[in-house]
Amino acid sequence: MQQNEWLLWEVFVRSKAGLDHKHVGSIHASDAAMAIENARDVYTRRQEGVSIWVVESNQIHASNPADAESFYEPMNDKVYRHPTFYDLPDELKHM
Amino acid sequence: MSLEKYVLHLADNALIYSQRLCEWCGHAPELEVDIAISNIALDHIGASRSFYQYAATLIGNGATEDSLAFLRKEREFANILLVEQTNGNFAKTMARALCYDTFMQLLYTAMKNSKDEMLAAIAEKSLKEVNYHYRFSSEWVIRLGDGTPESKQKMQTAIDEIWNYTGEMFMLSNIDTEMMANGVAPDITALQAPWLQKIKEVLAEATLVLPESGWMHSGGKNGVHSEQMGFLLADLQYMQRAFPGAEW
Repeated sequence: MQQNEWLLWEVFVRSKAGLDHKHVGSIHASDAAMAIENARDVYTRRQEGVSIWVVESNQIHASNPADAESFYEPMNDKVYRHPTFYDLPDELKHM
Repeated sequence: MSLEKYVLHLADNALIYSQRLCEWCGHAPELEVDIAISNIALDHIGASRSFYQYAATLIGNGATEDSLAFLRKEREFANILLVEQTNGNFAKTMARALCYDTFMQLLYTAMKNSKDEMLAAIAEKSLKEVNYHYRFSSEWVIRLGDGTPESKQKMQTAIDEIWNYTGEMFMLSNIDTEMMANGVAPDITALQAPWLQKIKEVLAEATLVLPESGWMHSGGKNGVHSEQMGFLLADLQYMQRAFPGAEW
């Protein structure tokens, strides 16, 4: 296969041990090893992280923005799904 | 007197090499590679500052890291010829990088045991950086060597082109000999065999041919530089020469 452009990768960086990896951006690389090295140079050179994940961008399946109406809007009027909707008895502490 | 010359030699290697790498900024084949090379160049500038600052305290007389970097003349620079060689194409830059990074890894590893505490400390800090530089350059030599027929041919040409500038790394100057005797400088002649072994391994993985070692260029350590050096210094020093004392 003729590949003139490097693959696109999404980069996730863990800023400190114990925290989640967070999406920070994307980079180009021809394979995973190069992707990690490029991510290291582009996204962690100011001490932003202690761990890097890279995922080929075409492996990420995303929800469609056009679906927002059916996906998310029905939640707007269902406040009872939040625990704060319920009155708690005074005897209950530390909730 | 000899110590300051030895430290200047180390500083000059780092500065001149970083100046060369900086020329890639904005011109590398990919954005990511551009950033990586600039990062590496900044590591070398950092190392050169440590060495120049140390040299300045040894020299006294109002010398500063800036005066040493920007106001010395070509014949006063004691860097090896390898680091002043022009970048050429990306393959040549990576060939030069592999040869230099491999050497610096060995040099800094040995220098951690220097009797000079300052040099030992700079070596320890710089070694971590150089380990990454080596990873970057060796990976690229392997990728390009073991890549397409065109990339392989370019990589082989690059290694061949740079090869007879590598011998100088292991040639002892009078300063080296004196600093070795008092335990300040590592014995660079002892680094040649392990250096060659590592280069052989990388080239084998890259399916490239190790060039034959014949006659080697030398002179940089004694201030006798190749033609390119003057142009490099003109770039590097222009601002301080044109506007003496100008500050950022």
